Amino acid sequence: MMIEMATILVSTILVNNFVLVQFLGLCPFMGVSSKLETAIGMACATTFVLTLASICSYLVHEYILLPLSLTYLKTISFILVIAVVVQFAKMFIEKTSPLLYRVLGVFLPLITTNCAVLGVALLNTTKAHNFFQSATYGFGAALGFSLVLILFSAMRERLAVADVPTPFKGAAIAMITAGLMSLAFMGFAGLIQL
Amino acid sequence: MIELITQNPILSALIALGGLALIFGGILGYAAVQFKIEGDPIVEALDALLPQTQCGQCGHPGCKPYAEGIANGEAINKCPPGGQGTIDNIAALLGVEAPSLDEEHGEEAEVKTVAYIREDECIGCTKCIQACPVDAILGAAKLMHTVIVDECTGCDLCVEPCPVDCIDMLPVGQTLQDWKWTPPSNMNNLIATDRQTPPEGNDLDNDSNQENAA
Repeated sequence: MMIEMATILVSTILVNNFVLVQFLGLCPFMGVSSKLETAIGMACATTFVLTLASICSYLVHEYILLPLSLTYLKTISFILVIAVVVQFAKMFIEKTSPLLYRVLGVFLPLITTNCAVLGVALLNTTKAHNFFQSATYGFGAALGFSLVLILFSAMRERLAVADVPTPFKGAAIAMITAGLMSLAFMGFAGLIQL
Repeated sequence: MIELITQNPILSALIALGGLALIFGGILGYAAVQFKIEGDPIVEALDALLPQTQCGQCGHPGCKPYAEGIANGEAINKCPPGGQGTIDNIAALLGVEAPSLDEEHGEEAEVKTVAYIREDECIGCTKCIQACPVDAILGAAKLMHTVIVDECTGCDLCVEPCPVDCIDMLPVGQTLQDWKWTPPSNMNNLIATDRQTPPEGNDLDNDSNQENAA
Protein backbone atom coordinates (compact mmCIF):
# COMPACT_ATOMS: atom_id res chain seq x y z
CA MET A 1 0.00 0.00 0.00
CA MET A 2 2.72 2.42 0.98
CA ILE A 3 4.94 1.16 -1.81
CA GLU A 4 2.10 1.60 -4.26
CA MET A 5 1.54 5.15 -3.03
CA ALA A 6 5.27 5.91 -3.29
CA THR A 7 5.36 4.47 -6.79
CA ILE A 8 2.44 6.59 -7.93
CA LEU A 9 3.93 9.70 -6.32
CA VAL A 10 7.37 9.26 -7.89
CA SER A 11 5.76 8.53 -11.21
CA THR A 12 3.54 11.60 -11.26
CA ILE A 13 6.04 14.01 -9.73
CA LEU A 14 9.20 13.06 -11.61
CA VAL A 15 8.95 10.36 -14.24
CA ASN A 16 5.70 11.37 -15.92
CA ASN A 17 5.65 14.97 -14.75
CA PHE A 18 2.46 16.52 -16.05
CA VAL A 19 4.00 19.77 -17.24
CA LEU A 20 7.42 18.86 -18.56
CA VAL A 21 6.87 15.31 -19.79
CA GLN A 22 3.19 15.07 -20.63
CA PHE A 23 2.93 18.77 -21.64
CA LEU A 24 -0.34 19.46 -19.86
CA GLY A 25 -1.08 22.62 -17.90
CA LEU A 26 1.31 24.82 -19.84
CA CYS A 27 -0.85 27.94 -19.71
CA PRO A 28 -0.53 28.67 -15.99
CA PHE A 29 3.02 27.34 -16.14
CA MET A 30 4.03 30.16 -18.51
CA GLY A 31 1.52 32.72 -17.33
CA VAL A 32 1.94 32.78 -13.57
CA SER A 33 5.64 32.07 -13.29
CA SER A 34 7.05 35.58 -13.54
CA LYS A 35 7.16 36.09 -9.76
CA LEU A 36 7.92 33.56 -7.05
CA GLU A 37 5.20 34.59 -4.59
CA THR A 38 2.53 34.42 -7.30
CA ALA A 39 3.80 31.02 -8.37
CA ILE A 40 3.67 29.67 -4.83
CA GLY A 41 0.12 30.92 -4.42
CA MET A 42 -0.90 29.42 -7.76
CA ALA A 43 0.76 26.12 -6.82
CA CYS A 44 -1.25 25.95 -3.59
CA ALA A 45 -4.51 26.78 -5.38
CA THR A 46 -3.88 24.21 -8.12
CA THR A 47 -2.95 21.55 -5.57
CA PHE A 48 -6.20 22.13 -3.72
CA VAL A 49 -8.24 22.05 -6.94
CA LEU A 50 -6.46 19.05 -8.48
CA THR A 51 -6.71 16.81 -5.43
CA LEU A 52 -10.32 17.65 -4.73
CA ALA A 53 -11.34 17.43 -8.39
CA SER A 54 -9.58 14.11 -8.78
CA ILE A 55 -11.43 12.65 -5.81
CA CYS A 56 -14.82 14.08 -6.81
CA SER A 57 -14.43 12.95 -10.42
CA TYR A 58 -13.63 9.45 -9.26
CA LEU A 59 -16.73 9.41 -7.04
CA VAL A 60 -18.97 10.73 -9.81
CA HIS A 61 -17.58 8.23 -12.31
CA GLU A 62 -17.75 5.28 -9.94
CA TYR A 63 -21.14 5.83 -8.32
CA ILE A 64 -23.18 7.71 -10.92
CA LEU A 65 -21.77 7.16 -14.41
CA LEU A 66 -20.76 3.51 -14.23
CA PRO A 67 -23.94 2.13 -12.58
CA LEU A 68 -26.16 3.96 -15.06
CA SER A 69 -23.77 3.08 -17.95
CA LEU A 70 -23.35 6.74 -18.82
CA THR A 71 -19.58 6.71 -19.26
CA TYR A 72 -19.89 8.68 -22.50
CA LEU A 73 -20.85 11.63 -20.28
CA LYS A 74 -17.59 11.58 -18.36
CA THR A 75 -16.01 14.58 -20.09
CA ILE A 76 -18.90 16.91 -19.43
CA SER A 77 -19.49 15.72 -15.89
CA PHE A 78 -15.79 16.01 -15.06
CA ILE A 79 -15.79 19.57 -16.40
CA LEU A 80 -18.82 20.27 -14.23
CA VAL A 81 -17.02 18.90 -11.18
CA ILE A 82 -13.85 20.88 -11.94
CA ALA A 83 -15.74 24.13 -12.50
CA VAL A 84 -17.53 23.73 -9.17
CA VAL A 85 -14.31 22.94 -7.31
CA VAL A 86 -12.55 25.95 -8.87
CA GLN A 87 -15.42 28.24 -7.94
CA PHE A 88 -15.31 26.91 -4.40
CA ALA A 89 -11.54 27.44 -4.27
CA LYS A 90 -11.97 30.99 -5.61
CA MET A 91 -14.45 31.85 -2.85
CA PHE A 92 -12.21 30.28 -0.24
CA ILE A 93 -9.13 32.20 -1.40
CA GLU A 94 -11.07 35.46 -1.70
CA LYS A 95 -12.07 35.11 1.92
CA THR A 96 -8.82 33.92 3.43
CA SER A 97 -6.26 35.89 1.41
CA PRO A 98 -7.64 38.82 -0.60
CA LEU A 99 -4.10 39.83 -1.56
CA LEU A 100 -3.40 36.43 -3.15
CA TYR A 101 -6.78 36.60 -4.85
CA ARG A 102 -5.91 39.99 -6.31
CA VAL A 103 -2.42 38.92 -7.37
CA LEU A 104 -3.61 35.74 -9.12
CA GLY A 105 -6.28 37.76 -10.91
CA VAL A 106 -7.83 35.92 -13.84
CA PHE A 107 -5.55 32.87 -13.56
CA LEU A 108 -7.55 31.52 -10.63
CA PRO A 109 -10.75 30.85 -12.60
CA LEU A 110 -8.53 29.75 -15.47
CA ILE A 111 -7.54 26.69 -13.44
CA THR A 112 -10.82 25.33 -14.81
CA THR A 113 -9.26 25.23 -18.26
CA ASN A 114 -5.99 23.77 -17.01
CA CYS A 115 -5.82 20.59 -19.06
CA ALA A 116 -3.79 18.89 -16.33
CA VAL A 117 -6.86 18.90 -14.08
CA LEU A 118 -9.15 17.34 -16.70
CA GLY A 119 -6.28 15.11 -17.78
CA VAL A 120 -5.85 13.68 -14.30
CA ALA A 121 -9.58 13.03 -14.01
CA LEU A 122 -9.71 11.25 -17.37
CA LEU A 123 -6.48 9.30 -16.83
CA ASN A 124 -7.86 7.99 -13.56
CA THR A 125 -10.70 6.39 -15.51
CA THR A 126 -8.56 4.97 -18.30
CA LYS A 127 -6.12 3.47 -15.81
CA ALA A 128 -9.04 2.15 -13.70
CA HIS A 129 -7.66 3.45 -10.42
CA ASN A 130 -9.48 2.78 -7.19
CA PHE A 131 -10.31 5.60 -4.77
CA PHE A 132 -6.97 5.65 -2.99
CA GLN A 133 -5.01 5.46 -6.22
CA SER A 134 -7.06 8.27 -7.75
CA ALA A 135 -6.50 10.52 -4.76
CA THR A 136 -2.76 9.80 -4.74
CA TYR A 137 -2.53 10.29 -8.49
CA GLY A 138 -4.24 13.66 -8.27
CA PHE A 139 -2.13 14.76 -5.32
CA GLY A 140 1.08 13.59 -7.00
CA ALA A 141 0.19 15.39 -10.22
CA ALA A 142 -0.41 18.55 -8.19
CA LEU A 143 2.92 18.19 -6.41
CA GLY A 144 4.71 17.70 -9.71
CA PHE A 145 3.01 20.76 -11.17
CA SER A 146 3.87 22.82 -8.10
CA LEU A 147 7.48 21.67 -8.09
CA VAL A 148 8.02 22.60 -11.71
CA LEU A 149 6.10 25.87 -11.41
CA ILE A 150 8.14 27.05 -8.43
CA LEU A 151 11.45 26.00 -9.98
CA PHE A 152 10.58 27.73 -13.23
CA SER A 153 9.43 30.94 -11.57
CA ALA A 154 12.63 31.12 -9.52
CA MET A 155 14.60 30.79 -12.74
CA ARG A 156 12.50 33.38 -14.51
CA GLU A 157 13.10 35.86 -11.71
CA ARG A 158 16.82 35.45 -12.32
CA LEU A 159 16.41 35.63 -16.08
CA ALA A 160 14.61 38.94 -15.68
CA VAL A 161 17.80 40.55 -14.39
CA ALA A 162 20.28 38.49 -16.43
CA ASP A 163 22.12 39.74 -19.49
CA VAL A 164 19.85 38.20 -22.13
CA PRO A 165 20.38 39.22 -25.80
CA THR A 166 17.59 41.48 -27.04
CA PRO A 167 15.92 39.05 -29.49
CA PHE A 168 15.58 36.50 -26.70
CA LYS A 169 14.22 38.72 -23.95
CA GLY A 170 10.91 37.90 -22.31
CA ALA A 171 8.84 34.96 -23.54
CA ALA A 172 11.53 33.60 -25.88
CA ILE A 173 14.13 32.87 -23.23
CA ALA A 174 11.38 31.53 -20.96
CA MET A 175 10.30 29.02 -23.60
CA ILE A 176 13.88 27.95 -24.22
CA THR A 177 14.38 27.48 -20.49
CA ALA A 178 11.21 25.41 -20.25
CA GLY A 179 12.44 23.24 -23.11
CA LEU A 180 15.77 22.70 -21.39
CA MET A 181 14.02 21.79 -18.13
CA SER A 182 11.90 19.31 -20.04
CA LEU A 183 15.07 17.78 -21.48
CA ALA A 184 16.45 17.50 -17.97
CA PHE A 185 13.34 15.71 -16.73
CA MET A 186 13.80 13.14 -19.51
CA GLY A 187 16.58 11.84 -17.31
CA PHE A 188 13.97 10.28 -15.05
CA ALA A 189 12.56 8.12 -17.84
CA GLY A 190 12.51 4.44 -17.05
CA LEU A 191 12.90 5.04 -13.33
CA ILE A 192 9.48 3.54 -12.72
CA GLN A 193 7.50 1.41 -15.12
CA LEU A 194 3.95 2.58 -14.72
CA MET B 1 -38.61 3.79 -11.37
CA ILE B 2 -35.47 1.74 -11.93
CA GLU B 3 -36.98 0.32 -15.14
CA LEU B 4 -37.70 3.86 -16.28
CA ILE B 5 -34.07 4.74 -15.84
CA THR B 6 -32.50 1.60 -17.27
CA GLN B 7 -34.73 1.41 -20.36
CA ASN B 8 -34.58 5.07 -21.13
CA PRO B 9 -30.92 6.05 -21.47
CA ILE B 10 -31.61 9.63 -22.52
CA LEU B 11 -33.81 10.16 -19.49
CA SER B 12 -31.25 8.63 -17.17
CA ALA B 13 -28.53 10.85 -18.64
CA LEU B 14 -30.67 13.94 -18.15
CA ILE B 15 -31.56 12.97 -14.61
CA ALA B 16 -27.94 12.19 -13.75
CA LEU B 17 -26.52 15.43 -15.12
CA GLY B 18 -29.42 17.51 -13.85
CA GLY B 19 -29.11 15.97 -10.40
CA LEU B 20 -25.37 16.58 -10.32
CA ALA B 21 -25.87 20.19 -11.39
CA LEU B 22 -28.48 20.72 -8.67
CA ILE B 23 -26.32 19.20 -5.96
CA PHE B 24 -23.26 21.20 -6.96
CA GLY B 25 -25.33 24.35 -7.31
CA GLY B 26 -26.57 23.82 -3.78
CA ILE B 27 -23.03 23.35 -2.47
CA LEU B 28 -21.86 26.52 -4.23
CA GLY B 29 -24.83 28.49 -2.96
CA TYR B 30 -24.09 27.44 0.58
CA ALA B 31 -20.42 28.31 0.11
CA ALA B 32 -21.33 31.73 -1.31
CA VAL B 33 -23.22 32.55 1.86
CA GLN B 34 -20.58 31.03 4.11
CA PHE B 35 -17.65 32.83 2.52
CA LYS B 36 -19.32 36.18 2.06
CA ILE B 37 -16.98 39.11 2.66
CA GLU B 38 -18.14 42.55 3.70
CA GLY B 39 -16.47 45.47 1.99
CA ASP B 40 -13.19 45.14 0.22
CA PRO B 41 -10.30 44.14 2.49
CA ILE B 42 -7.77 45.51 0.02
CA VAL B 43 -9.38 48.93 0.22
CA GLU B 44 -9.36 48.76 4.03
CA ALA B 45 -5.69 47.82 4.06
CA LEU B 46 -4.81 50.63 1.66
CA ASP B 47 -6.86 53.14 3.61
CA ALA B 48 -4.97 52.17 6.76
CA LEU B 49 -1.71 53.18 5.06
CA LEU B 50 -2.90 56.59 3.84
CA PRO B 51 -2.32 59.60 6.13
CA GLN B 52 -6.03 60.44 6.61
CA THR B 53 -5.53 64.17 6.00
CA GLN B 54 -8.60 64.11 3.68
CA CYS B 55 -6.97 67.03 1.87
CA GLY B 56 -8.02 66.18 -1.69
CA GLN B 57 -4.58 66.78 -3.23
CA CYS B 58 -4.75 63.37 -4.92
CA GLY B 59 -7.88 64.45 -6.79
CA HIS B 60 -10.26 62.37 -4.67
CA PRO B 61 -12.50 63.86 -1.97
CA GLY B 62 -10.79 61.90 0.79
CA CYS B 63 -8.38 59.09 1.61
CA LYS B 64 -10.93 56.24 1.39
CA PRO B 65 -12.01 57.18 -2.19
CA TYR B 66 -8.33 57.29 -3.18
CA ALA B 67 -7.84 53.83 -1.60
CA GLU B 68 -10.75 52.57 -3.72
CA GLY B 69 -9.15 54.24 -6.74
CA ILE B 70 -5.85 52.47 -6.08
CA ALA B 71 -7.73 49.17 -5.75
CA ASN B 72 -9.12 49.88 -9.22
CA GLY B 73 -5.68 50.44 -10.67
CA GLU B 74 -4.85 54.10 -10.18
CA ALA B 75 -1.31 55.38 -9.69
CA ILE B 76 -0.08 55.10 -6.13
CA ASN B 77 2.12 58.19 -6.16
CA LYS B 78 -0.49 60.91 -5.75
CA CYS B 79 -0.41 61.58 -2.00
CA PRO B 80 1.91 64.46 -0.97
CA PRO B 81 1.09 64.44 2.76
CA GLY B 82 1.90 60.74 2.88
CA GLY B 83 5.09 61.31 0.97
CA GLN B 84 7.54 58.71 -0.27
CA GLY B 85 7.08 56.64 2.88
CA THR B 86 3.41 56.04 2.13
CA ILE B 87 4.20 55.29 -1.53
CA ASP B 88 6.76 52.68 -0.42
CA ASN B 89 4.27 51.10 2.00
CA ILE B 90 1.54 50.87 -0.64
CA ALA B 91 4.02 49.43 -3.14
CA ALA B 92 5.10 46.81 -0.60
CA LEU B 93 1.46 45.87 0.09
CA LEU B 94 0.56 45.50 -3.57
CA GLY B 95 3.87 43.95 -4.56
CA VAL B 96 4.75 46.53 -7.22
CA GLU B 97 7.59 48.96 -7.84
CA ALA B 98 7.55 52.15 -5.76
CA PRO B 99 7.50 55.22 -8.02
CA SER B 100 8.53 58.67 -6.86
CA LEU B 101 5.93 61.21 -5.81
CA ASP B 102 3.99 62.76 -8.67
CA GLU B 103 4.81 66.44 -8.26
CA GLU B 104 1.70 67.41 -10.20
CA HIS B 105 -0.30 66.80 -7.02
CA GLY B 106 1.89 68.83 -4.72
CA GLU B 107 5.21 68.56 -2.99
CA GLU B 108 5.98 66.69 0.18
CA ALA B 109 6.15 69.15 3.04
CA GLU B 110 9.44 69.20 4.92
CA VAL B 111 7.88 70.10 8.26
CA LYS B 112 4.49 69.13 9.59
CA THR B 113 2.24 72.17 9.96
CA VAL B 114 -1.11 72.96 11.55
CA ALA B 115 -3.44 75.87 10.96
CA TYR B 116 -3.69 78.79 13.34
CA ILE B 117 -6.41 81.45 13.22
CA ARG B 118 -5.40 84.93 14.28
CA GLU B 119 -8.42 85.63 16.41
CA ASP B 120 -8.08 89.46 16.30
CA GLU B 121 -8.85 89.42 12.59
CA CYS B 122 -11.46 86.66 12.45
CA ILE B 123 -14.87 87.90 11.36
CA GLY B 124 -16.81 84.72 12.08
CA CYS B 125 -17.88 83.91 8.50
CA THR B 126 -17.71 80.07 8.90
CA LYS B 127 -16.11 79.64 5.45
CA CYS B 128 -13.10 77.85 6.92
CA ILE B 129 -15.35 75.55 8.98
CA GLN B 130 -17.12 74.45 5.81
CA ALA B 131 -13.78 73.83 4.10
CA CYS B 132 -12.22 71.69 6.84
CA PRO B 133 -12.53 67.99 5.93
CA VAL B 134 -11.80 66.67 9.44
CA ASP B 135 -13.94 69.20 11.34
CA ALA B 136 -10.98 70.65 13.28
CA ILE B 137 -12.28 74.23 13.48
CA LEU B 138 -14.49 75.21 16.38
CA GLY B 139 -16.90 78.04 15.87
CA ALA B 140 -20.26 79.31 14.65
CA ALA B 141 -21.61 82.19 12.58
CA LYS B 142 -20.50 85.57 13.91
CA LEU B 143 -18.73 83.84 16.79
CA MET B 144 -15.00 83.29 17.22
CA HIS B 145 -13.40 80.49 15.21
CA THR B 146 -10.41 78.55 16.44
CA VAL B 147 -8.45 75.51 15.29
CA ILE B 148 -8.30 72.38 17.45
CA VAL B 149 -4.64 71.49 17.06
CA ASP B 150 -5.03 67.77 17.82
CA GLU B 151 -7.56 67.33 15.00
CA CYS B 152 -5.85 69.46 12.35
CA THR B 153 -4.01 67.42 9.69
CA GLY B 154 -2.33 70.38 8.03
CA CYS B 155 -4.11 69.98 4.71
CA ASP B 156 -4.26 73.74 3.91
CA LEU B 157 -7.85 73.63 2.69
CA CYS B 158 -8.98 76.33 5.14
CA VAL B 159 -6.39 78.95 4.11
CA GLU B 160 -7.95 79.95 0.79
CA PRO B 161 -11.62 80.41 1.73
CA CYS B 162 -10.79 82.87 4.53
CA PRO B 163 -11.87 86.34 3.29
CA VAL B 164 -9.63 88.25 5.72
CA ASP B 165 -6.67 85.90 5.25
CA CYS B 166 -6.20 85.36 8.97
CA ILE B 167 -5.10 81.70 8.91
CA ASP B 168 -1.43 80.81 9.18
CA MET B 169 0.17 77.40 8.80
CA LEU B 170 2.55 77.05 11.71
CA PRO B 171 5.08 74.23 12.13
CA VAL B 172 4.36 71.71 14.84
CA GLY B 173 7.04 71.38 17.45
CA GLN B 174 8.75 68.02 17.70
CA THR B 175 7.76 65.90 20.65
CA LEU B 176 9.57 62.93 22.10
CA GLN B 177 7.21 60.68 20.14
CA ASP B 178 8.09 61.91 16.66
CA TRP B 179 11.77 62.92 16.98
CA LYS B 180 14.01 60.92 14.63
CA TRP B 181 17.76 60.69 14.17
CA THR B 182 18.80 62.66 11.11
CA PRO B 183 20.60 60.42 8.63
CA PRO B 184 24.32 61.17 8.15
CA SER B 185 24.95 63.81 5.52
CA ASN B 186 27.84 62.07 3.79
CA MET B 187 26.44 58.62 2.97
CA ASN B 188 29.20 57.78 0.50
CA ASN B 189 32.15 58.10 2.82
CA LEU B 190 31.04 56.53 6.08
CA ILE B 191 33.20 53.46 6.48
CA ALA B 192 36.78 52.63 5.60
CA THR B 193 35.94 50.59 2.49
CA ASP B 194 34.01 53.54 1.02
CA ARG B 195 37.18 55.54 0.63
CA GLN B 196 38.93 55.14 -2.71
CA THR B 197 42.53 55.13 -1.49
CA PRO B 198 43.35 53.68 1.92
CA PRO B 199 45.34 55.93 4.19
CA GLU B 200 49.09 55.31 4.39
CA GLY B 201 50.26 52.51 6.65
CA ASN B 202 46.99 50.58 6.51
CA ASP B 203 48.38 47.61 4.59
CA LEU B 204 46.87 44.80 6.67
CA ASP B 205 46.86 42.33 3.75
CA ASN B 206 50.36 43.03 2.55
CA ASP B 207 49.00 43.92 -0.89
CA SER B 208 51.60 46.55 -1.64
CA ASN B 209 54.32 43.87 -1.54
CA GLN B 210 52.72 42.18 -4.56
CA GLU B 211 52.60 45.46 -6.45
CA ASN B 212 56.26 46.07 -5.79
CA ALA B 213 57.20 42.55 -6.87
CA ALA B 214 55.12 42.81 -10.11
